[in-house]
Amino acid sequence: MKVQFRNINMSFGGTDVLHEVSLDIREGELVCILGPSGCGKSTLLNIVGGFLKPTSGTVAIDGEPVTGPDPRRIFVFQERGVFPWLTVEGNIGFGLHRLSDSGKRARIAHYVQLVGLRGFEQSYPRELSGGMKQRLEVARALAVDPDVLYLDEPFGALDSITRLQMRRELLRIWQAEKKTILFVTHDIEESVQLADRIVVMSTRPAHIQRIVEVDIPHPRDLSAPRYIAVRDSIFAEIGLAHQV
Amino acid sequence: MLLWQVGVSLSPGTLIPGPLAVARGIGELAVKGLLVRYVVASLFRVTWGYLGALIIAIPLGIALGLSRRGEMALNPILQLLRPISPLAWIPIAILWFGVGDVSAMFLIFLASLLPLTVTALHAVHNIDAVHLSAGLNFGLSRPQLVRSVIVPAILPQLIVGMRIALGIAWLVVVAAEMIAVNSGLGFLIVDARNAGNRYDLVVAGMVLIGVVGVGLDFLMRRLERLDSVRWGYADA
Repeated sequence: MKVQFRNINMSFGGTDVLHEVSLDIREGELVCILGPSGCGKSTLLNIVGGFLKPTSGTVAIDGEPVTGPDPRRIFVFQERGVFPWLTVEGNIGFGLHRLSDSGKRARIAHYVQLVGLRGFEQSYPRELSGGMKQRLEVARALAVDPDVLYLDEPFGALDSITRLQMRRELLRIWQAEKKTILFVTHDIEESVQLADRIVVMSTRPAHIQRIVEVDIPHPRDLSAPRYIAVRDSIFAEIGLAHQV
Repeated sequence: MLLWQVGVSLSPGTLIPGPLAVARGIGELAVKGLLVRYVVASLFRVTWGYLGALIIAIPLGIALGLSRRGEMALNPILQLLRPISPLAWIPIAILWFGVGDVSAMFLIFLASLLPLTVTALHAVHNIDAVHLSAGLNFGLSRPQLVRSVIVPAILPQLIVGMRIALGIAWLVVVAAEMIAVNSGLGFLIVDARNAGNRYDLVVAGMVLIGVVGVGLDFLMRRLERLDSVRWGYADA
């Protein structure tokens, strides 16, 4: 197992946020953690990312307990995470301080290309759109060649068209780079479009309500009966009639 | 200008010299070589006092911003010292450093030190936590985090603080020169009055102080146009 959560409990000042969360994630898997806003799923991601210590329980990656942030596992915030004082190149090269200059340049060029930012190498984040900033942050994370990516509602601030494009990009990159991805979202459609498995979290204190396998090959047809069946089962699980 | 000249010629007696007299005064200073000498003397004191303050205040402010305990220990002292005008230090400056350049520089140092330290401290508190987390995630050591994340993150606010502090330093140098030295624009003003009530030279000194002050502010504003700090200002 790549990532193992064992009996994670978390409380902030007496409020229980996470209750007995145990979960195994396989190498190369794309897992979505799905739950309502404020349920504690971001807290879970911050724990595995090493930014928060759980009240009790352990997280291990490759059998090693997580004790703090680690460059082998990169956390992607919403687009706010890019450094506004660095250019596109500067941001992508940020984690590459151990590489030689030529190695660094080659790596930057590769990821600029991969996320479609050619021609913007010298631009600053304030000159980029939200979607471009988000791709930049993904590129910065990928450039250090981590084995796990943590994505915390990464496309939440984007418009719906850009969001669909970004999902397609993420799947393309995931298939090209073979990373393990933990993706936190509150968007049911998004989770069904992306995930190998969907971990449905309850409301607070959050525990795992159900784990849904999505064995639909990519690219997924959003009008196929199987896609709709999985989506509707999750709507039902969360207790929402699929009507507006 | 015109109003000033007309006003002066209409008013009885000599309330204030007119612009023509002042311009002649500036010309006289230039011819005697005093203009350049005094401006340079004042700038010299400001430069060293201000640079000294920068060198101490920025690391100190960052350190206090990062250490809750350090801040709790030192912040009350900073807050207590802040409302004290730098000019109140004149007697102590003279006691410690005698009458001369060092006293003036010390006053400028003090005057810039506190606002710079407080600016750096607050700027560290205002850093977006996401940027610190990202820096840590990429495996930066403490010194690397300071250099690659904290300093660039506080720079926009720091530059504003540096501009304000330089303005204060320029105010203080004039006052310090009235007491502690025998050159510079502050000295010019007192000396012109003492040596035969040359109010044309007094106002000439004031005009020069204003012009140099605007020039300094202009230079500091140029820093705000740097590409790596423009993100920190609303109009970027």
